[in-house]
Amino acid sequence: MSENPNEKRRDFLQLSTITLGTVGSAAFIWPFLKSMNPAEDTLALGSTEVDISGIEEGKSITVKWRGKPVFIKRRTQQEIKEAKEVALTELKDPVEDVNRVQKEEWLVLVGICTHLGCVPLGQKMTDTKGDFNGWYCPCHGSHYDTSGRIRKGPAPNNLDVPPYSFLNDTTIKIG
Amino acid sequence: MKIFLFILTLFFFSSNLFSSENSSKSMPKHNWSFNGISGTFDKAALQRGYQVYSEVCSGCHSMKLLYYRDLLDIGFSESEVKSIASEYTVIDGPDDEGEMFERSARPSDRFVGPFLNENEARANNNGSYPADLSVIIKAKKYGEDYIYNLLLGYKETPSGIEIGDGMYYNQWMQGNQIAMPAPLYDESVDYEDGTENNAEQLAEDVVTFLKWAAEPELEIRKNLGIKVILFFFILGIIVLLAKNRLWKEVY
Amino acid sequence: MSGKSEPKKYKNPFLNWIEFRLPIISYFEKEYGDYPMPKNCNYFWSFGALASILLVVLIISGIFIAMNYTPHTDMAFDSVERIMRDVNYGWLLRYIHSNGAAFFFIIVYIHMLRGMYYGSYKYPRELNWILGVFIYLLMMITSFLGYTLPWGQMSYWGATVITNLFSAIPIVGEGLKTWLLGDYTVGNATLNRFFALHYVLPFVIFGVVGLHVVAVHVHGSNNPSGIDVKSKNDTVRFFPYMLLKDTLAVCVMGVLISAVIFFGPNIMAEVDNYIPADPLVTPAHIVPNWYLAPFYAILRAIPDKLGGVALMFASIAILFILPWLDTSKVRSCNYRPLYKWFMMLFFINFFILGYVGLKPAEGLYLLIARLGLIYYFGFFLIITPLMKWIEKPKELPASISEVYSGAVDNLSSSTTRSNMH
Repeated sequence: MSENPNEKRRDFLQLSTITLGTVGSAAFIWPFLKSMNPAEDTLALGSTEVDISGIEEGKSITVKWRGKPVFIKRRTQQEIKEAKEVALTELKDPVEDVNRVQKEEWLVLVGICTHLGCVPLGQKMTDTKGDFNGWYCPCHGSHYDTSGRIRKGPAPNNLDVPPYSFLNDTTIKIG
Repeated sequence: MKIFLFILTLFFFSSNLFSSENSSKSMPKHNWSFNGISGTFDKAALQRGYQVYSEVCSGCHSMKLLYYRDLLDIGFSESEVKSIASEYTVIDGPDDEGEMFERSARPSDRFVGPFLNENEARANNNGSYPADLSVIIKAKKYGEDYIYNLLLGYKETPSGIEIGDGMYYNQWMQGNQIAMPAPLYDESVDYEDGTENNAEQLAEDVVTFLKWAAEPELEIRKNLGIKVILFFFILGIIVLLAKNRLWKEVY
Repeated sequence: MSGKSEPKKYKNPFLNWIEFRLPIISYFEKEYGDYPMPKNCNYFWSFGALASILLVVLIISGIFIAMNYTPHTDMAFDSVERIMRDVNYGWLLRYIHSNGAAFFFIIVYIHMLRGMYYGSYKYPRELNWILGVFIYLLMMITSFLGYTLPWGQMSYWGATVITNLFSAIPIVGEGLKTWLLGDYTVGNATLNRFFALHYVLPFVIFGVVGLHVVAVHVHGSNNPSGIDVKSKNDTVRFFPYMLLKDTLAVCVMGVLISAVIFFGPNIMAEVDNYIPADPLVTPAHIVPNWYLAPFYAILRAIPDKLGGVALMFASIAILFILPWLDTSKVRSCNYRPLYKWFMMLFFINFFILGYVGLKPAEGLYLLIARLGLIYYFGFFLIITPLMKWIEKPKELPASISEVYSGAVDNLSSSTTRSNMH
C-alpha cells in the first residue's frame, strides 16, 4: 500500500487550507485597519483657500489649516532684502530664502515653533518680532528672521512651509 | 430533519416575511441598471437624475446627507462641482467682528436645503413636511420601485372617493392621498444629452440618482461581494475535500 | 517539595518557558487538541463554534464603528450615515455588524434547537443549559440596546414601547422606568447610557460563553443518540477532525452571510429606521427586530398590560427550568417517538409566533398569537412532564460506535436501528 500519493494529497490540502485561511484572515482585517484612516469628510477639509487681496504690504494674517495656524505675510522690499542677504553659514538650518517662497513678496509659514510647538509672536503690530525682525517664540526664546528661519534659540529647524499654490493673484490654496 | 430545516430557511428568506404591514396590490418591478449581482450605476442617468432633483425636487426637498464633493462620483469634474456648489449660499461665521455671514458653498459643504428648518418647511407646505431625500430609497418598502411608481402614480380622483383639501390622489401612497402635487410631466426638464425627456424617463433618472444617494457604495459592495463569496466557496471546497479524506479512516 | 504535578515538558524552549509559568499550552492541547468528541456528532454540533466566531466578529466590528459613532440625539443618525458614506469601508463595518447580529441569533436559535431536540440540557449538563439561556437573555438585552443607537424611528419608538413595559409593574414601575431612562421620556440621557451598556455587555457575554465552554468540556459533548460515551472507540480527537468540520461550517456560513451583507444588506432591516427619530410622529407599526418577535407576540397577545409583561418574562424564565420539567431518562428525540413530534411542533410554533409578532396585533394574527402562546406554555408545563407517563421510548443502542457504523450520512439525524446488539 503506497502512502505517498495520499500523503502528498493531504499535505497539499493542508497547505492550501492553511494558506487560504491566513490570506482570508488578513484580507478580513484589512478593511478594519483602513477604516481608521482619515474619512472622506476629513480629507475634504484638508485644504483651505485664502483671499489675500486685502493684505497690505508689511502686514500679516493668520488662518487655520488642518487645525494649525498658518502665517501669510506680505513682505516689504526691506524685509525681502534682509532675507536674501543672510549668509548660509550663519543659519542653523541653512536654506536660501528663494527656496522658501514662490513669489518673494508672499511668505507662507506654519505658525508652530519647531522646538516644542508654541505659536510664535510677530503677527500683530504690537508684537515683538525678536532680534531678527521676524517672529519670536516666548516659550523658550527662539528667534526667526524675515524668511521664518531659525536664527537664535533652541528650535532646531526653520518654520515649516506648508504645501500651497497660487490659484490666481488674489487667492492662495493651502494644502 | 434536514427537509424541515430547509423549508424553514426558505420561509426565512421569502420576501414578504419581514414586512410589518399588509400589501394589498403587488408592487410592479422596474428594470434597474443597479439590480442584480453585477448591478452598476449608469453615470449619464445619475447626472440627469441630479438635474431633475435640482430643477424640480430641491425646491421643497433637502438632501442634507450629501456633500457637493460627492457629485465627483457621478462623473462631474472638479471644476464642474465647484461651480455647482458656488450657486448656493451657506451661512458661516462668526467672523472677526462676531457676525455670521453668507458665503457661496464649496465642494466640502453639504447640499443646501430649501428651508432653514422643519418649521419653515411645514409653514411653506400646508403643514406637511417634504421629507429629506438622502436615504428615502432605503426608508420605504420596495424602495426604488415604490418611489418610481409613486412619482408616476397620480390619477384623477375616482368618483365616489373623497380626498382632503390640498391633497392629490395617488395610487401608491398609503391611504391614496398625498400632499405633493405630481412633480414630473413630459418634457418638464430639458436634457442636454438629448435623451427622451418623457415623465417615465425623468422618473427613472431621478430614482436612479436617489438610489445612488442612498447607497453610493453599491458598485464597490457588489464587486467585493463576488470576490468574498468566491473565496469562501473555494476555501469550502478545499476544506470539504480535506475533511472527507480525513474522515474516511473513521468510517 | 511543591506537591503539585510536574508541568509538561515541551521540546520547544519558548513553549516550555510559558508552560512552566502559565500552563496554557497544555490547556489548549487538552481542550482543543486531544478533547474527545463523540464521532457521530452531526453538523448541528458546529453551531457553537459558529456562534463564538460571530461574537468575536461582532465585537471587532462594533469597536471599529464605535470609533466613529456619536451617542447624542442630535448627531447619532448623521454619525451612522457618516460611517456609511465617509469612513473608509464604513459601510462594510456597519453591514457586518447589523447583519452579523441577525445571523448570531439565527445560529444561536439553531444551537438551542439542537440542545432541546437532543436533550443536551439534561443531566449532567443542566448548568450548561442555564448558562446558555443566560447568554441568550444577555443577547436579547444587548441587541435591544444596540438597535436604539442609530436613532431612527424604530430605534426611538421601540425603546419607548419596551421601556414603557416597566411602568406596568405596580408601585415601583413608574419610578423604575424614569430611573432606567434618566428622563421622563426616551431621550439623550437614555441614548447615551444605552450606548455605554451596549458596549460593555458583549464582554460579559464573552465571559459567560467562556464558562459555557468550560462547562461543556467537563462532561464532554452530547451526541445525536443521546447515550454516553463508553469507550475511546466512540470518540475522535477534536484536532483535526472536528476542527476541520467546524471550518467547513464556517465556510458555509461565510457564503451565506456574505450573500446577505453584500447583496441584500437591508433585507432583515426595518425600513422605518432609515427615518430619523421623531418623537411627534409614531410609525404605523412599531416592531422590534425579527429575532425578538416571538416574545413580542406573546407580550401583545394578552390584553392586560401587566399580564402581557409578566407572561413575556415568564416565557423566557421558563427556559431556565426545562431540565427539571423533563423527567425522561432518554435524552435524544431520535429515541422518543412521541415527544419528537411535539418538539418539532414547538419549533414551528416558535417560528409562527415570530411571524405574527411582526404583524399588527389584530384579527387572525392576534388569534394565532394566542394559540401559539397556549402551545408554548402547554409544551413546557404540560406536555413535557407528561411524557414520562405516556411515552414509550425506543430501545437505545448499546454504544455510539454501534450507532455510528450504521449511519453513513453524517448529516442525518435519525438512525433506523432500534434493536442492535
